Amino acid sequence: MTGIRPALRWTAAIALAALVSGCAFAPPKPWEKGELAKPAMQFDADRLEARYQDHVYYSKEAAGGGYGVGGGGCGCN
Amino acid sequence: MSTLRMHLAILPLALAATTAFAAAPGDAAPAFTLPEAGGAEVALDQLKGRVVYVDFWASWCGPCKRSFPWMSDMQRKYGDGGLTVLAINVDKKRADAQKFLVATPGAFTIVYDPAGAVAAAYDVKGMPTSYLVDRAGRIVAVDSGFRDDAKAGIEARIRTVLESR
Repeated sequence: MTGIRPALRWTAAIALAALVSGCAFAPPKPWEKGELAKPAMQFDADRLEARYQDHVYYSKEAAGGGYGVGGGGCGCN
Repeated sequence: MSTLRMHLAILPLALAATTAFAAAPGDAAPAFTLPEAGGAEVALDQLKGRVVYVDFWASWCGPCKRSFPWMSDMQRKYGDGGLTVLAINVDKKRADAQKFLVATPGAFTIVYDPAGAVAAAYDVKGMPTSYLVDRAGRIVAVDSGFRDDAKAGIEARIRTVLESR
């Protein structure tokens, strides 16, 4: 048992190092967001298409909004 | 185990040390020298004695586009009174900035900081961010973002700073 403990300690140290360095990635600064602002980087490539999809989605789901627009699920808004 | 605990105690301190200094009202404006499109260097120190409106902008920033005509107005109205509008572009590619400027010309001084070194020195929190620097080189106000309803307030502040010699 005593032979295992140093190994365990090493494993713990390595795991801790990995966890700590995992947090070391710095998010882009406000002036570095040029690439992220490109149209190709948006979740919705086509805004009109995305609005249309949302409209169909929440009328079919009979759910009220969820995308910032209130609605009753009748497909009329 | 005690060394591990000590390391864990040091960790928050180490994280705090990496947090950059943010230029805030009352601080001396961090000095910089940046080139204009033509290559001429503009230093903030050269502008001591003038009120400087330092504005960080990027071609991909929507509100920046709306701020340009207003900043041109400010330069025209208060330039003789001692105001210099100094717009710092932070685009990585100069071509992106040039394309923006063709569509949205600015009648004021524009310098380029593609590496973002000056933006880092000021620890800019968003695009655009402006720093109003008084005649002594001290930051009077910081404005993040550009909204039409904030124009009048910023203009009034510029006028106050120009009058206080």
